[in-house]
Amino acid sequence: MSQKPLRVLGAGVVLGAAAAVAAGSAAYAQEDPIRIGSFLSITGPASFLGDPEQKTLEMYVDRINADGGVLGRQLELVVYDDAGDANEARTFATRLIDDDEVDIIIGGSTTGATMAVVPLVEEAHIPFISLAGAVVIIDPVNAWVFKTPHTDRMACQKIFEDMQARDISSIGMISGTGGFGTSMREQCLEVAGDYGITVVADETYGPRDSDMTPQLTNIRNTDGVEAVLNPGFGQGPAIVTRNFAQLGIDVPLYQSHGVASASFIELAGDAAEGVRLPAAALLVAEDLPADDPQRDVVVTYKTEFEEQWDQPVSTFGGHAYDALFIAVDAMERAGTTQPEALRDAIEQTTGFMGTAGEVNFSPEDHLGLDLSAFRMLEIRGGTWTIAD
Amino acid sequence: MAEFLQFFFSGITVGAVYAMVALGFTIIYNASEVINFAQGEFVMIGGMTSVFLLSAGLPLPLAIALAVAIAVAVGIALNVLAIEPARGASVVTLIIITIGASILLRGLAQIVFDRQFHTLPAFSGETPITIGGAALQPQALWVLGGALVVVLALGWFFTRTLMGKAMRATAHNRLAAQLAGINVRFVLMLSFALSAAIGAVAGVLVTPITLTSYDAGAMLALKGFAAAILGGMGSAAGAVAGGLLVGIAEAMGAGYISSDYKDAVAFVIILLVLFFLPRGLFGGKSVERV
Repeated sequence: MSQKPLRVLGAGVVLGAAAAVAAGSAAYAQEDPIRIGSFLSITGPASFLGDPEQKTLEMYVDRINADGGVLGRQLELVVYDDAGDANEARTFATRLIDDDEVDIIIGGSTTGATMAVVPLVEEAHIPFISLAGAVVIIDPVNAWVFKTPHTDRMACQKIFEDMQARDISSIGMISGTGGFGTSMREQCLEVAGDYGITVVADETYGPRDSDMTPQLTNIRNTDGVEAVLNPGFGQGPAIVTRNFAQLGIDVPLYQSHGVASASFIELAGDAAEGVRLPAAALLVAEDLPADDPQRDVVVTYKTEFEEQWDQPVSTFGGHAYDALFIAVDAMERAGTTQPEALRDAIEQTTGFMGTAGEVNFSPEDHLGLDLSAFRMLEIRGGTWTIAD
Repeated sequence: MAEFLQFFFSGITVGAVYAMVALGFTIIYNASEVINFAQGEFVMIGGMTSVFLLSAGLPLPLAIALAVAIAVAVGIALNVLAIEPARGASVVTLIIITIGASILLRGLAQIVFDRQFHTLPAFSGETPITIGGAALQPQALWVLGGALVVVLALGWFFTRTLMGKAMRATAHNRLAAQLAGINVRFVLMLSFALSAAIGAVAGVLVTPITLTSYDAGAMLALKGFAAAILGGMGSAAGAVAGGLLVGIAEAMGAGYISSDYKDAVAFVIILLVLFFLPRGLFGGKSVERV
């Protein structure tokens, strides 16, 4: 403990001071890279999550390395594609821990993949920052598991807050039966009462379903539905939105943060007009007021991502951005990548401004975001606008 | 009543697509007794190719025509590269080859296209037509009309043209057809080309409603397979009836029972048919075809 970390720190100072000659430095050459392991759903049904996440990690690891790395060591990113399959995720996580001997794991695009890996990292004592949504990941708190995206419970609360403000008290729900939709449906049903909202119709659809007209017809025929909420992600919500418009249902439609990407508007077309959803500030980066504390980080990330990849930014890539920089920040504060010290440093993260909002971790809170991190957006004129 | 009508519209729209997939199964099955599990991939190729050609600046009709042509080329290539070389292998082996081909095509589509969901603009607007309190999308009429045209054209082809008769002869008795001078290898190739074309047309027509992605084919193939089994493997009329019935059963199941089990409906149908009606609704009585 006494010798090595000090030398690492020393090397870091030297390198920071003379980045140009760093590549030739002997100390530099001897140091192992910091290994960041990742398993993401780059292909498969959740590829719209894993794809921007992978691109974000790759891009910023390269940039950090070009700037001299972290603690004077280069970062090495090891990415596996779990294709949205929890079994695969578990296999790859085992490989990351046993064979690749990574210092930290950032990944888990889906809740299923994340939860399959939680027992492994808890046992192996490897810090793990998940990029998946559901509240079960951090409630109850697992010592080694953190996450960057808002939870589905917070999305429900934000939506119900908005409904309350619009005097809506009885709603219909149509939820996807994938992990995300199922979890969010349960969370919404749990907190609906707190906002004086009754769910009078409760329908579901399969993740690969291509027509939700029957379910929506049932909702339409239920008395007293004042708004419809659709927890789910992927193509399902786009089809729900289209069917909703085709059936001429005349109440507000709420989507979840799961559809917060430009492709949703593109797929749903004109039917998306007037749809409301909670989302991170990233989607409306340029529309944020100049004094918004989040403005800088989201505008920077958006510009850099879109410049590099020539595709619209999505909040999911933003979660990977937050996770990577929380990890880097913690490494710098810990001055080491020793697992216990790194875990403690991550847990002590406060006032970190990410694309999802201000992160304040604590031993009781491994999410560190509050409701203010969500903005209620409305789709108007084919683009996102801030509704509140 | 409006509710019933709504479920019915929803069912026949989706059912028409299942019917076209089932028709594709039927044609290849008749020519070779192979169940081509890459049938769903033809649907995907039709949809995805027209999306990408359209976004590349081609006018919609040309994009669609090209997409169908490309799907046909893929169908022929599948036959020439994968099925022909394994000629003489058991039918089960050939079926497994088609499963492999479907995985390969899905993988290729991921690389050639991308992994996102895509849509096409509806051919004649998106203002729904209201009939008896139920809404019907104009695109659904295109799907139904398309299915009808395909069925009529196939009917004409199989009963009025020499080539069609040759295909039916091959379906009845391959050896006898060969002895009568029919080029059964060409018939097999034609069956793949036809199936691919029908699949691609279905894919193009349905993309504005259901959206498409590189892996959209798998579920369609399974549903189309259920439809073909229900109708009686090998019967074109059965494929159409089976497709519509599966679609309607799904919509009614989702509407009246529980939407949780919508996908299960098709598979319960397969099981029930296999248990109680192994030759399907329109399957022949003759034993040797089974």
